[in-house]
Amino acid sequence: MPNPIPITLDVSARLGAFRLEIHERITATAVALFGPSGAGKTTILDTIAGFRSPDRGEIEIDQHLLFSSERGVDLPSRERRVGYVPQDVAVFPHLGVRANVMYGASRGSAPPLERVVKILEIDDLLERRAAGLSGGERQRVALARAIMSSPELLLLDEPLTALDVPLRRTVISYLRRIRDELGVPILYVSHDLDEVRLVADWVVSIVDGAVTASGPVADVMPVGGPGA
Amino acid sequence: MNLDVWWVTGFTIVAALSATVLMAGPGIGLAWLLARREFPFKSMLEVAITLPLVVPPVATGLLLLLLVGHRGPIGRLLDVVGIEVVFTWKAVVLAMAVMGLPLLVRTARAGFEQVNPRYEQVASSLGAGPGRVFLTMTLPLAGRSIVAGAILAFARALGEFGATIMVAGNIPGRTRTLAVAIYGYAETGQDAAAARLLIISVAVAFVALWFSNRLLRDRPVAA
Repeated sequence: MPNPIPITLDVSARLGAFRLEIHERITATAVALFGPSGAGKTTILDTIAGFRSPDRGEIEIDQHLLFSSERGVDLPSRERRVGYVPQDVAVFPHLGVRANVMYGASRGSAPPLERVVKILEIDDLLERRAAGLSGGERQRVALARAIMSSPELLLLDEPLTALDVPLRRTVISYLRRIRDELGVPILYVSHDLDEVRLVADWVVSIVDGAVTASGPVADVMPVGGPGA
Repeated sequence: MNLDVWWVTGFTIVAALSATVLMAGPGIGLAWLLARREFPFKSMLEVAITLPLVVPPVATGLLLLLLVGHRGPIGRLLDVVGIEVVFTWKAVVLAMAVMGLPLLVRTARAGFEQVNPRYEQVASSLGAGPGRVFLTMTLPLAGRSIVAGAILAFARALGEFGATIMVAGNIPGRTRTLAVAIYGYAETGQDAAAARLLIISVAVAFVALWFSNRLLRDRPVAA
């Protein structure tokens, strides 16, 4: 298991009529943002990745300040060192698998390709075109690409939504290996309780842009407890 | 076929290709700007770019003549550096580029609009700067539309008549293009020569449009 890292998410954002308020200081290795569709989970990932600027607040990952309205800091996405795996467009369709995986590797201090390829079991895919991959293969390639960019935090937007149940179990095991063997902290969006329990050690529950619960998974979502 | 037919055909194709190359940079830039950025007077720029599609080509040619002629604001500057445009091959290329540009911009813009910005965002989160994101994501993902737009603009340039005759004239061996030559032959009763050029014009334009349609129809994933 990697060492837990401190994460500050102090975000206020207004998007039309929708208002997002999250003010959390977390120390964890894998954080799940849990909540129904439209709760604002993807918006939080977008603000961490630098795709969208909050109106005010502060975002800090392991003492790396990404955004601070008070101090006038708003790092561009390319300097944030977060590996983002989107839900809908996981791989670059016009590139081969190897080119996908190596896209961010030039950033330096990337883990050895062989190790990442072995953990995610994509060695047979490397010479294929991305366009012909199955859903599970695309997710693994996107995970490998994000890891090869040596991120300080992996951001995963509902990585299992498009997969069937057996594939979900497989990808969950890959996520746990990424967390434990490569030591990469994870922050991911989910609306599946079992998935949260299997991967995360901290959960932030969000409804309508506001945090309803936040804490260690065992405390917030005990097995057999409410919401189980 | 006589030498003039071959010369006219070759010259027109080379001039249309040159015009396509000339408009590629500004055309792709404008298409991207219109697809991805909001700025003051954007709608005015859109209209200005589209104008050559609806204004009579002869009027566009007259405007070009006023701009790049010896007494025009651009013509005077070009005179200083010894560049003569009016009634030369350069005027042919310029007229073709101006008339083809709207087709390139409109088609390429649609291509840029269909590129999912998530790809660019992910690339940037992987450490890519704006230039690398554009060259490795935006451009290739919109590539088919850009190529299709360039082919349409090329086909339009091949058939350009009104603006060309205004700004470049009809000088055999210097500025005579397919469209201008067809008009010239027909007017002087050389029907066989006009018919030959007609067949060539239709054949080249048909192949170009067929290829362009194919590219747009098979537009993939990127989107």
